[in-house]
Amino acid sequence: MSEYILEMRNITKTFPGVKALDHVNLKVEKGEIHSLVGENGAGKSTLMKVLSGVYPSGSYDGSIYFEGEECNFKDIKQSEGVGIVIIHQELALSPFLSIAENIFLGNERQSHNIIKWQDTFSESKKLLERVGLKESPETAVSDIGVGKQQLVEIAKALSKKVKLLILDEPTASLNETDSENLLKLLLELKKQGITSILISHKLNEVAAISDSITILRDGQTIETFGAKEEKALDDRIIKGMVGRELTSRYPERVPQIGETIFEVKNWNVYHPQHHDRKIIDNVNIHIRRGEIVGIAGLMGAGRTELAMSIFGKTYGKKITGSLYKDGKEIQANTVSEAIRNGLAYVSEDRKTYGLNLIDDIKRNTTLSNLKRISKNTVIDENKEITEAQFLREKLNIKTPSLEQLAGNLSGGNQQKIVLSKWIFTEPDILILDEPTRGIDVGAKFEIYSQINDLAAEGLGVLVISSELPEVLGLSDRIYVMNEGRITGELDRTEADQENVMRYMTGSGGANLANDN
Amino acid sequence: MQTIINLFRNNIREYGMIIALVFITALFWVLTDGITFKPLNLTNLILQNGFILVLAIGMVLVIITGNIDLSVGSVVAFVGAIAGVLMINNNVPVWLAIILSILVGALIGVWQGFWIAYVGIPSFIVTLAGMLIFRGLTLYLLDGKSLAPFPDSFGKLSSGFLPDIGAGDFHLLSIILSILLSLVLIYLEFSKRKTQIHYNFEVLPLWITVTKLGILVLVINWFTYQLALNKGIPVVLVIVIALIAIYTFIMKNTVMGRHIYATGGNQKAADLSGVKTKRVVFWVFVNNGVIAGLAGLMFAARLNSATPAAGNMLELDAIAAVFIGGASMSGGVGTIIGAIVGGLVMGVMNNGMSLIGIGIDWQQAIKGMVLLLAVGFDVYNKKRAGK
Repeated sequence: MSEYILEMRNITKTFPGVKALDHVNLKVEKGEIHSLVGENGAGKSTLMKVLSGVYPSGSYDGSIYFEGEECNFKDIKQSEGVGIVIIHQELALSPFLSIAENIFLGNERQSHNIIKWQDTFSESKKLLERVGLKESPETAVSDIGVGKQQLVEIAKALSKKVKLLILDEPTASLNETDSENLLKLLLELKKQGITSILISHKLNEVAAISDSITILRDGQTIETFGAKEEKALDDRIIKGMVGRELTSRYPERVPQIGETIFEVKNWNVYHPQHHDRKIIDNVNIHIRRGEIVGIAGLMGAGRTELAMSIFGKTYGKKITGSLYKDGKEIQANTVSEAIRNGLAYVSEDRKTYGLNLIDDIKRNTTLSNLKRISKNTVIDENKEITEAQFLREKLNIKTPSLEQLAGNLSGGNQQKIVLSKWIFTEPDILILDEPTRGIDVGAKFEIYSQINDLAAEGLGVLVISSELPEVLGLSDRIYVMNEGRITGELDRTEADQENVMRYMTGSGGANLANDN
Repeated sequence: MQTIINLFRNNIREYGMIIALVFITALFWVLTDGITFKPLNLTNLILQNGFILVLAIGMVLVIITGNIDLSVGSVVAFVGAIAGVLMINNNVPVWLAIILSILVGALIGVWQGFWIAYVGIPSFIVTLAGMLIFRGLTLYLLDGKSLAPFPDSFGKLSSGFLPDIGAGDFHLLSIILSILLSLVLIYLEFSKRKTQIHYNFEVLPLWITVTKLGILVLVINWFTYQLALNKGIPVVLVIVIALIAIYTFIMKNTVMGRHIYATGGNQKAADLSGVKTKRVVFWVFVNNGVIAGLAGLMFAARLNSATPAAGNMLELDAIAAVFIGGASMSGGVGTIIGAIVGGLVMGVMNNGMSLIGIGIDWQQAIKGMVLLLAVGFDVYNKKRAGK
């Protein structure tokens, strides 16, 4: 039994009307990787905000001991001072500053307020080596991918002499390779004596690297247990998180597949800025009525670009190729044309591309099809409320009223609004781009059920997902993309993680599991 | 009681502004020994501030889309100059000159909307350029001098009153119109209530609706009665009320209005929802050009001359009115009524401070403080609500 580096005892935090944390206990051993899991709204982020001083000492009850000393942090600066660094899901980097400037932001290498550039760059270089990032420290952060930006954040944490590193959903926006590298890095840092707390929805990651796991549910600690001894780890975690046994993570469904409803033929798309770079290369796909078709691929394979170029040419230049619906060629040069032809696209980024966060639920729901609730362009507000209410109940959006602003809801509920918005357009072809990113297990199951229902109604559904189990669990048929091309087409029965992964990386027979 | 508190809490933005307006009005009523409420002064209040209210209506749309228009002051002057050149120098008939002037306003909107919506230059830059361009063109057109006087019939636009019917000590038509307006408001409120009950939606307790309506009807009728004691309803007020009604309807009940809010709230999401956001921004600027043109005519008619310095800093009054009225700098939030209340706050202060003899120097400083406090109050409320 080694000593605890962190003990949080009986933490209770209330917001007006809500008890966000109720006597939560968290004990983290020195040198371990400790995973914190729980559904959205379970209190993980609140707990970490208490720990890092975002909610200052005094605004909560309970006590925090770090390395045996009681701590009363007034702000983040103080918690960082003792070596607790938190990396949020939304990265806090300044895009136009260089990697080195970002690493030392707020902590500049200086003498008398004059920056010492030599030190800044040479120390950055050492830190980048430690996190395994091969980029010049002078590169602007906006020029590197999200995966690398994550590494910059970790380098920044290391520069602050971090002892306890907290990562909030670090792999949510990373592809498989980057995620794997990040997890390896955490194990590497563990060897160097750095303790980590990992908050993640991805149970396979939690299982792969955790030493122990704490489960939160509804603001309470459910249990803490060692990860290595437990055999049925996934089941135990899911049971603890949702408070019930999920027999299956994907709802049962008997597909009833009809005629081909939608076809994309010889589709080519070029990069919007670099006109000579081909992003989508001669793609041919089709979807049938009642069918759920998955598109698998690594980040950068062109899946989102394909979807958006189809949906009203919202991505790319010099688009060539043709679209067919029910055998007839259609034009979808603008979003409204696409909607009129029965296309719907649920974006991967609901906050930026899906919702008007400062407007309420009903107005978000109806925006894409105001025609349906208006006469001579005058909106019938009563009809709007009725329709929105119907969808809210159908999708089980948990809010006190339709007047709630979208920005105040949890990720799962927001995603349901985006979905209801597109159901409201009565589409024939529904394209879902990462439909369950960053939402909890319970809400995921509900969204899967909705997708199944829609397919059962005769829609053709196209699902893009970076989570392979999701693609495999949902789809009747899977297209695999790599570098803008369709590299494989697999039936539900023949697809498994390994062969899909092989097509995803475009490397025929090589087994990638042990690669890099 | 709880319902009232909730009602107030959920609408603190709007009610807060109205309470501020009532407070400021009451303050000046006391400070001026009741002069502010004299029929003559109420008439003046409307005549002096009509064009600011008109400008605020156009400006709030621009600000809801997340843009700004710094050029309206110069456009006011430019359109006034056009009207002057047409009517005074070239004897163009008044009606034709009015149409042409407003057309010029629309063309200015097309020009600025093109650069902003389709080329993608920030509206701050485009309209800052417009502010300089149209002020310069005004100076050129007028050769640096004032043009006066306008034909009499044109002056009606800003200093005319509705004609009277019958005889008597007061203006009968005004009273009739105000009673009609009251009846329309009562009818609208109750028919809305009826459909809400029909659809099984939650409605406010009846007595709250009645009290709200009662106060509104009382204010409208008392106000019109005061005006009737003087010369009746000014043409300016008719224009302002018509614009309020039209634009409130557009913003609340039409697809166009919804698209304007959606564009300001999140342009990317609106784009992907099939809203043609570029077109929305473009037309909002064209609209603002027309509104500025109208205000320019009203301004010129009021001064009875076209002057190079006309409308100087007027854009800032309009923008201040919109922000006092609860609009958000980042777009997506704001109402026509809010902008009008904001404009009235500015107007009552201008009028009241002049009456009690506060100099232009302190007037400016006090108005600045009020703007800062009003928006500060708003930000504070938002933060509290966010917690």
